[in-house]
Amino acid sequence: MTTNDAELLEAMMLTRAFEEQNRALQAAGKAPGTCASVGQEAAAVGVIKALGKDDLILTNHRSAGHLLARGAEPGRVLAEIMGRSSGYCKGKSGSLHISAKELGVVLTSTIVGGELSMAPGVALALSMQKSRAIVACVFGDGAACEGSFHESLNLAAVWNLPILYVCENNQWQAYVHRRETMLTEKIAARAAAYGIKGITVDGNDVQAVHAAAREAAAEVRATKKPILLETYTYRTWGHYEPDDQSYVDSKELTEWRERDPIEYLKGRLLARREIETREIEAIETRVKQRIADALAFASESPFPSAAELATDVYA
Amino acid sequence: MTQMTVNDAIGRALAEEMRRDSRVIMFGEGVATKRQDLLKEFGAERIRNTPLAEGVIAGTAVGAAAMGLRPVIDMLFAPFLCYAMDEIVNSAGKLRYVSGGQFSFPMVVMAMTGGGWGVGAQHNHNLEAWFAHAPGLKVVMPSTADDFRGLLKSSIRDDNPVMFFTDMTLGYTPGEVSEADGAIPLGQAAIRRAGKDLTIVSYSKAVHACVAAAQQLEGMNVAAEVIDLRTIKPLDEATLLASVRKTGRLLVVTEASGLCGVAAEVAALAAEKAFGALKAPVARLTGPDAPTPSSHALEQAYLPTAEGIAAAAKKLVSAGG
Ligand SMILES: Cc1ncc(C[n+]2csc(CCOP(=O)(O)OP(=O)(O)O)c2C)c(N)n1
Repeated sequence: MTTNDAELLEAMMLTRAFEEQNRALQAAGKAPGTCASVGQEAAAVGVIKALGKDDLILTNHRSAGHLLARGAEPGRVLAEIMGRSSGYCKGKSGSLHISAKELGVVLTSTIVGGELSMAPGVALALSMQKSRAIVACVFGDGAACEGSFHESLNLAAVWNLPILYVCENNQWQAYVHRRETMLTEKIAARAAAYGIKGITVDGNDVQAVHAAAREAAAEVRATKKPILLETYTYRTWGHYEPDDQSYVDSKELTEWRERDPIEYLKGRLLARREIETREIEAIETRVKQRIADALAFASESPFPSAAELATDVYA
Repeated sequence: MTQMTVNDAIGRALAEEMRRDSRVIMFGEGVATKRQDLLKEFGAERIRNTPLAEGVIAGTAVGAAAMGLRPVIDMLFAPFLCYAMDEIVNSAGKLRYVSGGQFSFPMVVMAMTGGGWGVGAQHNHNLEAWFAHAPGLKVVMPSTADDFRGLLKSSIRDDNPVMFFTDMTLGYTPGEVSEADGAIPLGQAAIRRAGKDLTIVSYSKAVHACVAAAQQLEGMNVAAEVIDLRTIKPLDEATLLASVRKTGRLLVVTEASGLCGVAAEVAALAAEKAFGALKAPVARLTGPDAPTPSSHALEQAYLPTAEGIAAAAKKLVSAGG
């Protein structure tokens, strides 16, 4: 699957605008806080846009970019966050565990590592069905310190499961910097310990991420062997809104903000005359409108009735 | 009817369900080694050995179930479930609900519990109440070979995650097993013995001690009704309450420790819904709040015995009006 640069740009801009809307809603007391994906748009969009339509996705609590890049309706994601019955999970999930079967999103896990423990089972089912689809399992560098990371990669390697493991190494594990919890710089190096391939790519360069993910996905599909792809990036907003980031080294933050993935792509495309300012403005207008529509849809949606409290517990 | 051990009845249920439904698969630490007959009949894709990694064994079952397979996993000894609590409680039990019903998790988690083998605290722990307390899970704990077969079949067919506990010593206990399909619905208790003077409620291995106690009580002119819950969740309230209303006295016997356990739940249920029928306070006979000892002498002291149950029943019958 190839996606052109304007599409990649639009998907990143939509995610950013969505997160900004979330933050505003949270500040106004109209929605609970969320774990924003700002700064990581290239990592999210580059990978998800590299997947085929039958491929399945398991991701983590910072999933807005993954859901939207997959084609989720912003209105239904926002409705879920705002606890409305028109959300993807009828308002029973909230932002932290959204799944959307129709989009192949099996799980957004708020248990750090939960997505890793489930991925082999999802991939096993695909492989028993002789499907050509693969599973993309997205997690953070924090999850890579959980035991489930080791168990999952080892089992997937031993059982030849078609999983593209995607570690979004955003340098943070909630309020702890990655340097405090691991001595190595790159997560991808761990792949060798399981006998599988590990790749690190610049997670702020959407074109690089997209190319690497396309290639890796094709290899997983062809070989039925897992690959560990690391997108090296940075979480430029706080862990969970609101978060004043007072604990962050301001020099480091400034450096990474200067490498903003959206501005980076815009600058490169403009410099090479691969896009015109007019087109970027047109994208901006479209994105604004979609977010405004999403907000209207979610705000007008009803809350679930109290009778829904104990439904869907059992089949 | 054929005579077979509980272990053989379990094997038969697995083979029958795998034959019946190609979505049923089984994996765990050594299942392909220990169940050669299943491996031979169904192949290495459906019967698999796994690494020693309980968390991902359970997680893999959850993922496979979400995709429509019907995995059965053997976790060996119940204490090892502690390594898989997240996947069982947070994923299997909760994800149907938080997904708004988009995904179901038809899976069975098998594990062994129960004293009598001298394997000590880290291989023996009756954990059924933990899982009964977690929403979204069902808990099955049979006592006879026929029930093991019939309830395992229903557990595999159930669209919810089911915890299926086997008391270690029951594994070698023979019993009659029916020839027919033999699936037994979850949520139906069995009346092992009818009686009018008191109700004794139990499940799993302790049921046999209760039946033996009832025989002793007969000699003392006390007619005990023995109810085998068979499934802890769903709990068969109707059978339980009907019996309590008939006898007016309730003794609950569990091998598991008492605080916040299944016996507490059964007692509360009687107090809440059949208080008017009670002629005496509900009595509980449970294991101590202690890890299971390995020493045979201490382990036997841990378990409810027929003599202990008969004595508690006698006391209950003499109490009240
Ligand atoms: C099992 C578990 N432990 C702790 C948490 C609390 N928590 C939520 S997000 C998070 C940080 C996870 O870091 P990482 O995996 O790197 O993902 P990121 O948030 O950076 O995207 C923590 C510790 C949790 N949700 N689950």
